[in-house]
Amino acid sequence: MYKYDTYDQAIVDARVAEFADQVRRRLAGEITEDQFKPLRLMNGLYLQLHAYMLRVAIPYGTLDSRQMRMLAHIARKYDRDYGHFTTRQNIQYNWIKLDDAPAILADLATVEMHAIQTSGNCIRNISSDQYAGAAADEIADPRPWAELLRQWSTFHPEFSYLPRKFKIAVIAADEDRAAMRLHDIGIQLVERDGKLGAAFYVGGGMGRTPMVAPLIKDYVPIEDFLSYSEACLRVYNRHGRRDNIYKARIKILIHELGAQEYARQVEEEFAHVKTLGIDPPAAELERISAFFAPPAFEAGLSDEIDRTDPDFAVWLDQNVKAHKQPGYAIVNISLKKTGEIPGDASSAQIDVMADIAEAYSFDELRVTHAQNIVLPHVAKRDLYTVWQKLVDADLAAPNLDLISDIIACPGLDYCSLANARSIPIAQKIAQRFADLDRQRDLGELKLKISGCINACGHHHAGHIGILGVDRKGTENYQLSLGGSGAEDTSLGKITGPGFDEDGVVDAVERVTDKYLELREGGERFLDTYRRVGFDPFKEAIYG
Amino acid sequence: MGELRFRDDEALEQPAVTLDAFLDQSNATAVRLEPDEDARLLIPHLERLALVEVAFPKFRDGRGYSSARILREAGYKGELRAQGDVLVDQLLYMRRCGFDSFAPEKPLDAAVVESTLSRFDNVYQGAADAAVPVWKLRHG
Repeated sequence: MYKYDTYDQAIVDARVAEFADQVRRRLAGEITEDQFKPLRLMNGLYLQLHAYMLRVAIPYGTLDSRQMRMLAHIARKYDRDYGHFTTRQNIQYNWIKLDDAPAILADLATVEMHAIQTSGNCIRNISSDQYAGAAADEIADPRPWAELLRQWSTFHPEFSYLPRKFKIAVIAADEDRAAMRLHDIGIQLVERDGKLGAAFYVGGGMGRTPMVAPLIKDYVPIEDFLSYSEACLRVYNRHGRRDNIYKARIKILIHELGAQEYARQVEEEFAHVKTLGIDPPAAELERISAFFAPPAFEAGLSDEIDRTDPDFAVWLDQNVKAHKQPGYAIVNISLKKTGEIPGDASSAQIDVMADIAEAYSFDELRVTHAQNIVLPHVAKRDLYTVWQKLVDADLAAPNLDLISDIIACPGLDYCSLANARSIPIAQKIAQRFADLDRQRDLGELKLKISGCINACGHHHAGHIGILGVDRKGTENYQLSLGGSGAEDTSLGKITGPGFDEDGVVDAVERVTDKYLELREGGERFLDTYRRVGFDPFKEAIYG
Repeated sequence: MGELRFRDDEALEQPAVTLDAFLDQSNATAVRLEPDEDARLLIPHLERLALVEVAFPKFRDGRGYSSARILREAGYKGELRAQGDVLVDQLLYMRRCGFDSFAPEKPLDAAVVESTLSRFDNVYQGAADAAVPVWKLRHG
């Protein structure tokens, strides 16, 4: 885990003081709401339907038990005793008072946390692979590079008033667990001739115009990492559209210019930027990397696990993944228990997860873009104990990647942008498929729900996606099929006319029934869909 | 506080002309850049320029930050002024991008300007100012 030095701490502390002053000036009427808005947004503070919402950054989704407990403390002290983990590996609180916000940021700063750039038209929290440092298939731990980007992008003087928000993900494995190509910049660390470099995919995103990022450069030498990023951003800052908020993301610029022309402009800018000396020396990367050194794994641990308890065995098969270190495993904690709100956790549950991480996972936790929590390094001999503790805290739903492991945005229950509710749809679908055997029979099925076209619920990337729209004052839900946020990135295709709340649940069931009828061998839903195409499902839905 | 200037030399009296006018006439020494105008067109003429005024019609439009850095990176030493919807909370970033004078449409509170510009002792990245990024401080 990265630890702040005095410089990092001084920067975050100064930010706390700055924001306290901005809030004071706002409350005193010295600045207008219009002028305050970009300032509070760059500190993660949104004005929502009922209250202020505060989004706290969890850089690349990694945190320790001390930080996790602080998240519980904030939920308890300043909110309604729960928090919501988001698709950007952050946490947000829905019931914040403006005058409490400076105190919350001050509390966060005591555990090396902040809400810097979790909103606004700037470079947002850098996201990454939740299995970083634990997955066998990575060529390097991507987090030192994410941390390097975090520092470079924090209060970047040139890129804090971009045309629109800007999201960057860094991965280092061929299996994409971070929806890398659906980011403004997706970076995959790669090796060429034994030397580390980075492939840059630029111009992906969801929203109303979903696009899969094209490859802009297949290999950027690692010593040019920040210069190349700076060049990508400068071309966007100068030429991204500012005349229409819906066309302001970099994907539109790249779509209009063409990937090749954008790459050419970046190359030209890079040739100049590289001369400015903005890339830190290798020693800085070594300093950062040292914080992400593997924990002191015990050697010679057994890989045997006692599977006598059948409920434990089900959870083991569904939520526990292979670790690169013999004797260890990756534990996924699903925040998707049937009937609960996807991504929500109570302060008591957050504390429990912190306690377990401290005792059994080398003091580390991860937040996933699928709104779950990961204990990255658990010894297999401890799995049963960990599971029992999770059961006691109502955190042992064995449904990772199953149909009830739903990504859902807050929707019209909270969000001022939403056109329709998402949470009740997620709950109804989870209830319809509550039978675990049935879910397991359906296998991997990623269902994602957004309550408006902005696609915070990643519906375009859902094997089954649901988009809530407003049709003449009533909520209407469109279904789409065939999306994927994994390494085989694809965008879902809308099936046809939308449904009402219950209708869309029925439609999902008709799709899964059709899949069971058509599937061959070990095909997942997505495989079957890709093999047989859209029409059989469309026919099943609309008859 | 109306104009804010961080230079020791005398302010130029000559009014800034448009980019088109500047490129057409050889004797102008002050030019005004609109957000959509290419700062690089000025690079061949930096020697005779004493003032570049970068327009910020809306504070949200951040193109002028890139214009400023491009000019400083090309070696421009004259006055670089941010004019328009310039807010006190943007001054630090503008200073870092190379602006050394400000003509905000709405006057700024001098005390807030002072505290805003002195609040951050450290920066994470190199830009067009003299601030040393912390990675450099860490490694001497």
